[in-house]
Amino acid sequence: MTDILQLLIYGLVLGSVLTMGAIGVSMIFGILRFAHFAHGDFMTLGAYLGLSFISAFGLSSWWALPAAMVGMAVIAVFIDQVLYRRIRRTQPVILLIASFGMALILRSLVQLIWGSDNQTYASGIQFPWQLDWLGGMRLKPDHLWIMLISLGLVAGVHLFLTRTRLGKAMRAMSDNMDLALVSGIPAERVIMVTWVIGGALAGAAGVFLGIDTRLHPVMGWTTLLPVFAAAILGGIGRPYGAIAGGMIIGVSMEMSTLLIPAAYKPAVAFAIMVGMLILRPQGIFKGTV
Amino acid sequence: MELSGIASYLISFLTFAGVYAVLALGLNMQWGFTGQFNIGIAGFFAVGAYTSAILTTPSSPAYLGGFGMPFLVGLAGAVIASTLLGVIVGLITARLRTDYLAIASIGIAEMVRLFVKNEDWLTNGVRGIAGIERPFADTLLDSPLTYLVIVALFVAGVYFLVERAYASPWGRVLRAIRENEPATAAAGKSIAGFRLQAFVLGSAIMGLGGGLYAHFFGFLSPEAFMPLYGTFLVWVMLIAGGSGNNRGAILGAVLVWGVWSGTELLTGMLPSEHATQGAALRVLLIGVLLQVILVTRPEGVLPEKPPRLIARKR
Repeated sequence: MTDILQLLIYGLVLGSVLTMGAIGVSMIFGILRFAHFAHGDFMTLGAYLGLSFISAFGLSSWWALPAAMVGMAVIAVFIDQVLYRRIRRTQPVILLIASFGMALILRSLVQLIWGSDNQTYASGIQFPWQLDWLGGMRLKPDHLWIMLISLGLVAGVHLFLTRTRLGKAMRAMSDNMDLALVSGIPAERVIMVTWVIGGALAGAAGVFLGIDTRLHPVMGWTTLLPVFAAAILGGIGRPYGAIAGGMIIGVSMEMSTLLIPAAYKPAVAFAIMVGMLILRPQGIFKGTV
Repeated sequence: MELSGIASYLISFLTFAGVYAVLALGLNMQWGFTGQFNIGIAGFFAVGAYTSAILTTPSSPAYLGGFGMPFLVGLAGAVIASTLLGVIVGLITARLRTDYLAIASIGIAEMVRLFVKNEDWLTNGVRGIAGIERPFADTLLDSPLTYLVIVALFVAGVYFLVERAYASPWGRVLRAIRENEPATAAAGKSIAGFRLQAFVLGSAIMGLGGGLYAHFFGFLSPEAFMPLYGTFLVWVMLIAGGSGNNRGAILGAVLVWGVWSGTELLTGMLPSEHATQGAALRVLLIGVLLQVILVTRPEGVLPEKPPRLIARKR
């Protein structure tokens, strides 16, 4: 029983990381109509930007988070302006190819600048709290922070989407592009904000991943498949679905280690995704098929 | 470099380009003709390569196989195995948007890689399979040049078949699906059916490419594939050469393989402690090349020229 609770915690931590990525993927798909394949490498780059920031100023691990979020928001807008904007007028699938190329460009940049070895934010082992009232379950402070901060970020995205003009404009564009455009919604500004939010959340996901495990140039790429699985599960183009999808995928991946070798964790995400594509391709919360 | 060195480099260069040309032709069937976005090429490639290797190598206690079958049986096995994989992926994704195929195909490639890496009994895991022989081994004909001729024959054969497919009424339906799906459906064509056929055929061709690679390189391991770069190179080849155009696919394979090997010569001159940076720099250059092509000349070097639809009046 303790084992299961313990895996549930790990699953929720992983789910928080996946949610941060999946919200971005889902929003970008809703507005720009393409699956953004560079999102995993956005996460990687964010994690490394955070690493450089804290080592340059000698700060503690968690300072990596704001640095990565701001850095990735700027870089995401920059990449959109330099590359994606130029090919947006053609078919969305050309954007998909471009983002796939961008994924490799970013990864090789990370390898060039930071090298291919494993790195960590802080050396040493963090002692977990032992929760006796929960059957001796262990909880690392970092894990608690990851869950709490992602809860806060999700709440922030929710408030932005429901309470601000720009957030409403974004939902309108995602629901019905043509209707939104004829009613005078500033498309370019909405697209830019989409990249700001998507980039910042990808940066946060990268830092969470780096704090939870370690930093490596392929850390984001290997997380991309579960992130897409989460986005599809929740209904692609639906940011709220991404939260449910992220948590379901994260918990299932960790729980699966009770039954199958841990090396096949990504296969669980994939299997859930394939099952979803066969049974209900529009996702739990009806997205865009 | 002496003359024989240059010649052997050229032979190995052209053989690799030929293997990639087969892959690019397979991708052209899926993307160029039908508009299906497969970025799991490495998965089909690996399945083909491993199937052929397991069928043809002498028996070994370390992994399944050692059937010691002839070269052509290995290739046939490679095609059959990747066809089966193509049917599975195709059945799942044929009725969905192409973005879902892209995501599912990258998942398939990842699953194949995980499987190859972790199932030692079948593939010898990370230690890989060594000693895959070229055809005509231990005969007078056994030379890299002979193998180049064999690969060239396969490229020519595949080219002939896909070119016929392109010009046929079947290929016309594929192009119609790519250009305007609702109109094609309205004309009474089964979109999912045609998509599935094109996808499976493309996958089979990629499996053939995998088999040809295995017998050329002689050694297979999960890392030797550079799975992602393999997929990515094939995409850059097709887009640079001209998607939809079969000659473009072959030309793109030679050109991009030239750029890729050329950069290898350049980064090879770097001191050895910068070797990993050199590899990253090569990927970076190819990535930038792709973006430049997409922005400046998305139709490629040899743009698609569809055959005349109606015979002209005399």
